[in-house]
Amino acid sequence: MRGKTAIKISAGLAATALLVTACGGGGDDEAGASNAVVSIEVAEPQYLLPSNTNETSGSQVLAALFTPLVDYDADNKPVEVAAESINTTDNVTWTIKLKDGYTFHNGEKVTADSYINAWNYGSYGPNGQNNSYFWEKIEGWADMQSEDPDGEEGPQKAPEPKAKTLTGLAKVDDLTFTVKLSAAFSEFKTMLGYTAFYPLPAAAFASEGVVKEDFQEAIIGNGPFKMKGTWQHDSQIEVEQYAEYPGEKPKVQGVIFKIYQALPAAYADLAADNLDVLKQIPTENISSAEADLGDRFKKSAASTFQFVAFPTYQQEFSKPEVRRAISQAINRDEIITSVFKGSQTAARSFVSPVVAGYREDTCGQYCVFDAAKAKSEYDAAGGPKQITITYNGDGGHKDWVDATCNQLKTNLGIECTGVAEPKFADLLTKLDDKQPIGMFRMGWVMDYPSMENYLGPIYTTDGSSNYYGYSNKQFDALYKEGVSAATPEEAIAKYQAAEDLLVQDMPVIPLRFGQNNFGHSTKVKNVEMDLFNRVNLIKIEAA
Amino acid sequence: MLRYIIRRLLQGVLTFFGATFVVYALMFANQNDPLQALAGERPISESVRQALTERYHLNEPFIVQYGYYMQGIFQGDFGTSLTNRPISELLESAWPNTARLALMAVIFAALIGIVAGVVAGIRRASIFDHTTLIITLVLISIPIVVLAPLMQLFFGVELRWFPATAGANPTFYALMLPAMVLGAGSLATYSRLTRTSVVENLRADYVRTAKAKGLTRNRVIGVHVLRNSLIPVITYIGVDLGGLMAGAIVTEGVFNIPGVGSQLFRGITTEDGPLVVGFVSILVIIFILANLIVDLLYAVLDPRIRYE
Repeated sequence: MRGKTAIKISAGLAATALLVTACGGGGDDEAGASNAVVSIEVAEPQYLLPSNTNETSGSQVLAALFTPLVDYDADNKPVEVAAESINTTDNVTWTIKLKDGYTFHNGEKVTADSYINAWNYGSYGPNGQNNSYFWEKIEGWADMQSEDPDGEEGPQKAPEPKAKTLTGLAKVDDLTFTVKLSAAFSEFKTMLGYTAFYPLPAAAFASEGVVKEDFQEAIIGNGPFKMKGTWQHDSQIEVEQYAEYPGEKPKVQGVIFKIYQALPAAYADLAADNLDVLKQIPTENISSAEADLGDRFKKSAASTFQFVAFPTYQQEFSKPEVRRAISQAINRDEIITSVFKGSQTAARSFVSPVVAGYREDTCGQYCVFDAAKAKSEYDAAGGPKQITITYNGDGGHKDWVDATCNQLKTNLGIECTGVAEPKFADLLTKLDDKQPIGMFRMGWVMDYPSMENYLGPIYTTDGSSNYYGYSNKQFDALYKEGVSAATPEEAIAKYQAAEDLLVQDMPVIPLRFGQNNFGHSTKVKNVEMDLFNRVNLIKIEAA
Repeated sequence: MLRYIIRRLLQGVLTFFGATFVVYALMFANQNDPLQALAGERPISESVRQALTERYHLNEPFIVQYGYYMQGIFQGDFGTSLTNRPISELLESAWPNTARLALMAVIFAALIGIVAGVVAGIRRASIFDHTTLIITLVLISIPIVVLAPLMQLFFGVELRWFPATAGANPTFYALMLPAMVLGAGSLATYSRLTRTSVVENLRADYVRTAKAKGLTRNRVIGVHVLRNSLIPVITYIGVDLGGLMAGAIVTEGVFNIPGVGSQLFRGITTEDGPLVVGFVSILVIIFILANLIVDLLYAVLDPRIRYE
């Protein structure tokens, strides 16, 4: 049965000789595997290519089709999966040894070249890959980018970059390659679990460095599942077990990723038992989910972090006392219950609970609601009488911003208004122009589970998402020491010391951590979500 | 008659160009940073921005972009969406679903609405008339954002008479519930229009004459009254058909039907000009044709109307 389908698919894919030989191994059924096919909700992925996919729907599908070099254990620390070992002595040169026996779904062997070619493709600027910045720490990345000489609006085109490949990648033998970074970075191994770092088969390339236009329609990976047919846009993506997979076998025969335009429709299907897993229960259904689904309604920690920031160019917020008093005047739990119906959790630390090194309540007393203390400290520090909280109007933030403002009005006795900008980009433009927009909302989703991925982009002086201009030399120094620390433990100690500085400065007010609120049908069990909001496809089982 | 049709079609061509130009201009004016809109809140990297800006001519002035677009249209190429999918492919997959849904909705609404309207008109002030009045008032007053999930919950999730969602390749059966929801508002309007028109025509001179001639009641109502009463209803159906196709955003979202509404919605939120204009162009054509057919139908219903 399986052999037959494999032939049918390979014919449709304009098969290579390799593909046909792959069919030979099919047919023998391994014991214990059930024939169940489960359905999982996704939105229409924007792209299905490891180097270009950066949203959860696409990466959920790719997680079925690919096996990462590392995955994360219960403590959110990286463990090797497709890699045999990942070693370094100086945090600069990393030697990655691959496990033998892994093949792509077309039968091609996974080799060091599969990684090197895929990463080179992703890094090359003109390919315009969304995940390009993940390789930025590897030596030679900068030479693969080019700048438009007269800016984007100008008529001139950007010149071709100086290099087409990363000089930092070197093949040692078929199963070993080295990665040289441009500076020491202790978290490199942790990064490797992300979607961007999957390998690509030679079949993906039309010519050297050019991925076939339609490769993403029937993508070939090295994972436990292979594509069944092609990507049916706006409809579904179906995958089935790959018989030759050498790693841990999934417990289901296949997965159908059903594409939904809107979450409420998916919830209706889940309630009617037509859908097996809904990864995110819409907020409007959260309050009834307990009754509808019973113990099939589950929660787990997610990496999103919501906070409000203070633009440092505005004098009235320059005193840490003012910022801390505002934080104390906010009753986080009340907003979570009334606005979010318990779909998120209160944040009292500056990094998310899903990373190694997270400590509860690092923010201490300043994140504990205390109206009286907040008011006296606010008045003593001479906080502004009128404040605004700016947010982007297209993200559903109005309710909680208004609720927060109301709390500040009551607890501090000041005027507070929520101001909507149409889009987040408009908010960023105003920040760039240093307009007095007052406090503003921000959110962060991690790229890889590490404290570094929170501290670096959000709080360092030249952090990529530090739009508010927070700068603390001591913090930057501790962060740098962490990044180049010899061991992960040492790095975490430095990061934690850096986080403690944030408590004193309070450049942002932590408000909420995300939570996966997911549900499943009566037909499946052992449904678990990983750190990247993806269903664990190895563990899920038919009930 | 032929001259009339040709004149109308020529007018249609002008309308088509005018409408696409206006829509393109509006999309362009609203366009802030489509690449950022696509990427969400994460700042987009420089290399991605450069590559995509070149690919979609985003750095060119408006009239040049419109020129590229029109040039493509004349070659039968609707361009690609910002996620690099050919828009013609999107049109091909979205239109059949929406057309089926809208047609089913119109047929459902017209059948029930007209019959109910005629009966209510004949038996004016009867219990039937009052009941339909109440039911239609309720249907008109419930917005579809409430009605659609409610019907889905009741018939799809609780009773399970119909599938809760229809999906991308829906069966006739799966589309029935969404079509009824979508047609509900129109049904109410059709029946109110028919009723008023029937009541009015029943008092007309020609009806009295027909009765006096000794024609049977069925013939008087079935041929004379109904034919004349349908003119306003047909006019409304013509306009409504286009409206149902464009306005199925809510229904399509609730029942997960990837059609015109959901694609338009996506195009607007991601500031995807070519995508929106592609769909709107087809909508414009449908509106033009539907109204032409309606105008021609007048002559069929009322022989006194002639087209020169």
